[in-house]
Amino acid sequence: MKNISFKIDGRNCTAEQGQNLIEAAKQNGIFIPTLCHFKHLNPLGSCRVCTVKNNGRTIAGCTLNVDEGMDIEVNTPELLDARKAILEMMFVEGNHFCPSCEKSGDCQMQNLGYETGIRYTRFPHLFVDRIVDARPERIVVNQNRCIKCKRCIEEVRTTDGNRVFNFTNRGNKTLVSIDYEQEAKLSDTQAEHAMHICPTGSILVKGKSFGKPFGNREFDYSNKEKNISFNEIKKHKTTHKKKRIATTSLAGCFGCHMSMLDVDLGILDLIEVVEFNKSPITDIKNFTEHCDIGLIEGGCCNTHNIEVLREFRKNCDILVSVGECAIWGGLPAIRNTVPLEECLKEAYLNSMTSEENEIIIPNHEDIPKILNKVYSNHEVVKIDYHIPGCPPNANHIWNVVKHILFEEEYSIAYPEFKYD
Amino acid sequence: MKRSRLLTRLWEFQNKFGFISDNAISEIAQKLRVSKIEIEGVISFYHFFHRQPTGKYIIYLNNSIISEHKGFELVKTAFEKETGCTFGKYCDNTLFSLFETSCIGLSDQEPAALINFHPFTNLNPEKVKSIVQKLKIGVSLETLQNNPTSKIQYIPPGNKTIFFRDYFLGNSIKKILKHSPEELLGTLFKTNLEGHGGAFFSTGLKWKYCKESNSTKKYIICNADEGEPGTFKDKSLLNNVPELVIEGMIIASYITGASKGIIYLRAEYTYLFKKIKNAIQKFKNKGYLGNEILGMKDFKFNIKIQLGAGAYVCGAETALIESLEGKRGEPRIRKYFPTEYGYFGNSTVVNNVETFAKAARIIELGTDFFSNIGTQKSKGTKLISISGDVAKPGIYEIEWGTTIKELLHLSQATAPYYLQISGPSGECINEMEFDRKICKEDLICGGSIMVFNRYRSILQIIENFMKFFNEESCGSCTPCRAGNQILYEKIKKIKKGICTSKDLEEIKEWGKIVSLTSRCGLGQTSTKTFSMAIDKFKDYFNLKVKTCTDNCSIEFDMEEAVYDYDSIIKTTQF
Ligand SMILES: Cc1cc2nc3c(=O)[nH]c(=O)nc-3n(C[C@H](O)[C@H](O)[C@H](O)COP(=O)(O)O)c2cc1C
Ligand code: SF4
Ligand code: SF4
Ligand code: SF4
Repeated sequence: MKNISFKIDGRNCTAEQGQNLIEAAKQNGIFIPTLCHFKHLNPLGSCRVCTVKNNGRTIAGCTLNVDEGMDIEVNTPELLDARKAILEMMFVEGNHFCPSCEKSGDCQMQNLGYETGIRYTRFPHLFVDRIVDARPERIVVNQNRCIKCKRCIEEVRTTDGNRVFNFTNRGNKTLVSIDYEQEAKLSDTQAEHAMHICPTGSILVKGKSFGKPFGNREFDYSNKEKNISFNEIKKHKTTHKKKRIATTSLAGCFGCHMSMLDVDLGILDLIEVVEFNKSPITDIKNFTEHCDIGLIEGGCCNTHNIEVLREFRKNCDILVSVGECAIWGGLPAIRNTVPLEECLKEAYLNSMTSEENEIIIPNHEDIPKILNKVYSNHEVVKIDYHIPGCPPNANHIWNVVKHILFEEEYSIAYPEFKYD
Repeated sequence: MKRSRLLTRLWEFQNKFGFISDNAISEIAQKLRVSKIEIEGVISFYHFFHRQPTGKYIIYLNNSIISEHKGFELVKTAFEKETGCTFGKYCDNTLFSLFETSCIGLSDQEPAALINFHPFTNLNPEKVKSIVQKLKIGVSLETLQNNPTSKIQYIPPGNKTIFFRDYFLGNSIKKILKHSPEELLGTLFKTNLEGHGGAFFSTGLKWKYCKESNSTKKYIICNADEGEPGTFKDKSLLNNVPELVIEGMIIASYITGASKGIIYLRAEYTYLFKKIKNAIQKFKNKGYLGNEILGMKDFKFNIKIQLGAGAYVCGAETALIESLEGKRGEPRIRKYFPTEYGYFGNSTVVNNVETFAKAARIIELGTDFFSNIGTQKSKGTKLISISGDVAKPGIYEIEWGTTIKELLHLSQATAPYYLQISGPSGECINEMEFDRKICKEDLICGGSIMVFNRYRSILQIIENFMKFFNEESCGSCTPCRAGNQILYEKIKKIKKGICTSKDLEEIKEWGKIVSLTSRCGLGQTSTKTFSMAIDKFKDYFNLKVKTCTDNCSIEFDMEEAVYDYDSIIKTTQF
């Protein structure tokens, strides 16, 4: 094959003529993120994450073969943002509760979320009720996590060459469905192969993923030694007034607060430069002074949460959503795909522990009303910063707070990103 | 059984039993030696195929915006009341089943419905009542159905009409005897013929590519899937002069060397099937189709008709090819032109109905005839389907370069305010633009103009369009499948009255991302109108949203958020 030269973002590159752009870029040291692209499969062009421009025209990079003189754009601001947006679309279209997902840490989609720096999605989460299909012999398909990349459709076949998966329906109702008959013919190895080629946690093999999850969390790059430490805060000590912090937990589990306390001795340094006002940490119930920063754990699931959040907005200069629940609803938002009536009945009337013939759903003018769904905080008030994680690491939280308070440049490093 | 027969086979089951059963699927899967899920995937892609039993009469009521404006809701309620069925639900009623469907090409006679694919137009509750009652006592659909012919309201004066002038079978085919394929291509290039299906790609070039391909088999496909809401101009050609379209295909075959032709006819136009078939027969009888056409030894061409099964996206040429191959109608990745890799990998020409008809006329009438009609870049005339708030909806054959104003005058539009050019995937224009000319140099138009007066809600129009795209997207790429759904959420938000001007900016930004990254024309154009409308109808949208500067407060709809809870407590606890 002939060697040709072409350009990526103005840089001269060389490759074999006709080579797939993703591979050719890699050889030239340029990473183009992909999800549906899979080594030996024909290009699928379904996820669109690898969107690039070829001589000014947008195209999925995985469907492009390089040729002499091509002028390719990969990392322009417009394309970087589009790529991030597509991933955000995937997050809001499905229901990705990473903390409860078997694939977390080994999920290619999650990894690209970190890679592209998604702290929160610009789009509203759609919360479509999607099924978890456990009827097949060996495999479970969790539709909440499927991004319809088509890998399984193209790649997984029985020994007779029959498809096991296929799209059904169309438009926004499109699903990846399973042929139960064919699925039953898969060998254990074939079934596990299906699980591994799925870039998300949609395909699981019964009895495999819980005992030994996918592996060693290959995308967890952080380890103890590499943890960014929390120090140098004392240099901000002044004789002026200390910075004031308020915190609260709305529809959260207090896990983020536990994490805040997890800075160990760092807390001693911290309180030399800041003081806590309204917060479960101090047990101060009402704001006594205006605060510089408010840290919010949890989203809004009832009217009281809304009131507290609005009070925080009024009393704090800067508001930060801390953790997944605050950012988009998190685990409590699992109920968002189910009508409220069903939730209440399940919780109070039909649960295992409710009395027989129970008819009372707690209600009183003093009890907050339950909202129709769990709202993210930025749907209710303006939120200035988002710290992802479930919970975010303690050092990470305080580093962010430190940098915000003392107006230092800071960008979250990949290893500090976590959705679980 | 060949895979390409799949759609036809599925139609056989659907028509015979009213649905496609598990057994039918097993049988087909076995014959094709594929897994059942593959067949299931195809069936569920097309909305005229059913997996559950339906009644003897399946009623498809058009839910396009024109239908909505002309009384869709009332007609829908009337159907439900008279039949006792619910739209979109499978029920025990053995007589009727009710479904909504996207535009059926009868926008000049809305509300309209298809009952077992027989057309019923200008519906109102009384008419619905009478139709249902008569069906119940066994009156036949043939006697009850309406004439789906669209009125040809206008042809250009002074012998300029191209499509609706006198037609004599074979007039253009006979011309090819005297010319080589190269010469004919030259004629097409001289008149600048471009596809009339919406993409306006050079027809001469497309045919030249196919001609030069060394593919052993070549195909000529006529795209009669006219699915763009508000468009019914292809229908008027197939209804009035199907022969002209066929002549165009024969010429294409002569030029390219293709020996097989397929007309992909949308199922909504099933009532034209016989007419087209008869037309094909006429050509066969005259020796214009079959072997040794016009006595030329190597000139062989046959045409068959394939019915679609309800999927707008199959109008996109590569999706259409997939559909013909017996697959889900998902557009292919943009790697090859169909002329390089088309139907089953063979070189394939796909052209619109009107393109073939026009090509035939160009060969028949010659380039000189066209040189003085139209504009520099758009030669000749164009068929436009006009619907909406006009006194004279129907087909207008206009000279390219005609202004919007003239058209509004001709069609007797009443208080026109918002115009949708080329359907939902086209663009909208406002009053300031009524002097624009319809032609390549100014405002290009694929064949439909929907006129809305100043009393119509623009948001309702956009909502209808977005719903259409959500349903008709093929679902295989993320930005189109998810992005259009997300933008639909914005419409809901505007309707709730909690949007700010920041939301409008977001709609435009997000729309841009969807169109930038989508795989095919559907996603690339689906958000265009919404964004454009925000810019072009500022006054309207400014009334719908709160203006906000940098630090605007977020609007939260507390009433809506507690509504469910309050009503649950109220109804179950006291
Ligand atoms: C979503 C979508 C729907 C389309 N629908 C039609 C259609 O109904 N009829 C048509 O002729 N072309 C349609 N097209 C355009 C075709 O892809 C193709 O460009 C056309 O058939 C080529 O013929 P032409 O060059 O004669 O216009 C559609 C394109 C897209 C992306
Ligand atoms: S780990 Fe991956 S598949 Fe699982 S919920 Fe998170 S993003 Fe989705
Ligand atoms: S199940 Fe997994 S592999 Fe299959 S389409 Fe969904 S995300 Fe892709
Ligand atoms: S843009 Fe829409 S219709 Fe086109 S391939 Fe993507 S999902 Fe399918």
